[in-house]
Amino acid sequence: MAWLLLVNPITCTGHGICAELFPEAISLDEWGYPILGAVPDRLLPLARRAVADCPTLALMLERDGKS
Amino acid sequence: MTAAPVTTGTAGRLLAGYHALGRAAGLRDHLTQHGPPPLPGISARSSVGSQLIQVVEDAGLTGRGGGAFPTARKMRSVAASRGPAVVVVNAAEGEPASGKDAMLLTVAPHLVLDGAALAAHAVGARQIVVCVHAGGELAAGTERAVAEREQAHLTAVPIRVCEVPGRYVASEETSLVNWINGGEAKPTFTPPRPYERGVDGRPTMVSNAETYAHIALIARYGAEWFRSLGSPDAPGTALFTVTGAVAVPGVVEAPVGTTVADLLRMAGGPSEQLQAVLAGGYGGTWLSLPLVHTPTTPAAFAAAGAALGPGIIIALPSRACGLAESARVLAWMAGETAAQCGPCVFGLPAIAQDFAAIADCRADASVYHRLQQRMSVIPGRGACRHPDGAVRFAASALQVFASHVNFHERAGRCLAARRPGVLPIPGGR
Repeated sequence: MAWLLLVNPITCTGHGICAELFPEAISLDEWGYPILGAVPDRLLPLARRAVADCPTLALMLERDGKS
Repeated sequence: MTAAPVTTGTAGRLLAGYHALGRAAGLRDHLTQHGPPPLPGISARSSVGSQLIQVVEDAGLTGRGGGAFPTARKMRSVAASRGPAVVVVNAAEGEPASGKDAMLLTVAPHLVLDGAALAAHAVGARQIVVCVHAGGELAAGTERAVAEREQAHLTAVPIRVCEVPGRYVASEETSLVNWINGGEAKPTFTPPRPYERGVDGRPTMVSNAETYAHIALIARYGAEWFRSLGSPDAPGTALFTVTGAVAVPGVVEAPVGTTVADLLRMAGGPSEQLQAVLAGGYGGTWLSLPLVHTPTTPAAFAAAGAALGPGIIIALPSRACGLAESARVLAWMAGETAAQCGPCVFGLPAIAQDFAAIADCRADASVYHRLQQRMSVIPGRGACRHPDGAVRFAASALQVFASHVNFHERAGRCLAARRPGVLPIPGGR
């Protein structure tokens, strides 16, 4: 089952910690806000870490599709 | 464009009463023309409610606020959610060049209110909220229409009028719900969507004012009648606000699928030579003149890479500078951000600045490169579609005015860019 990163753009304040912790899937735009890529299964722990460490709890990890 | 005879399709449905009377229809006029809304007795509530949803589905009605979402599907979602629902009528047009909903609610308020009452019955709503812009005549006019209905005992479900700030993103559906609930008129990050949890936490049907008026007619005259105009994949008529360089700017009603060129003719035809048409408003797209023969269906517009939005058509005269017009619009759009989401708060001003540089003939290759890069990362990253619309508008400007972009690059100055703008910018420019 594939996983998707999701950000609540209203709560995200662009700390950029997610991109530091998980550069394989998260880059920052020129204003410091995350651009989210695909999460390969083997990197799931990194994704979880990035989600857990988001200072505004804006980052989320969800299963692809409805579940 | 070639001059052609004015072929007003007189597809008057929503506006038929207005055209016949020459003035706004009061409740008596409305009842004389259409009879009472076919609201059945309370006993038959649920089955008759689902019958109405079925008729709306058979009619193929889609939302007239720009989303073109199937109305019956929305009604079913609200009806299927738990507890008493709320019906919200959105007549607070955010697009500066749109006037159709305000016009409709002014000249045929009871058509809109009938539709809302019928929808309320169908989805099990106990409250109707009509949203209009604050500070205008519309709120008072709508209140008068509501009072008329109360006197005639035509309000099974109470109707209240809610004044909404006149900002671009304030009429987005989650903004409206937020505002009605006592919050700011700003979009929220969904889910839950309003149909699940909206006004007072209740399942809420938010639809455009025109959409409700169509429901009122479909309930009376049936799905087949509705489909007898329009195109099979996008049936019925729609209201279009046609402005800019046309002889008789205003709101016209035409079958969905009428070409942009025919809509211009219905508005008296071009008043001077045109160079392009803006369709869909400031979250829409510029169309080059060959594309004015595009039928106004969502499918045909999507195939042309264009967006129809809530039926806005603005004719741009040849004397205007499309880049300067677009730069002014983008500066305004940047100021209309809800100031919530980074990619919008920072991205739209950045794009607007790039466009200002292009309009002023002071953009070099690096500006265009940066602009393309910015336009590629912004869409889809806000809580609402405001940034997406602004980027779509900007991208279409670069495409449609491509040769003028070359001119700006080479000539170093553009006299047309210094003229006053054609496109309306609220609060001056």
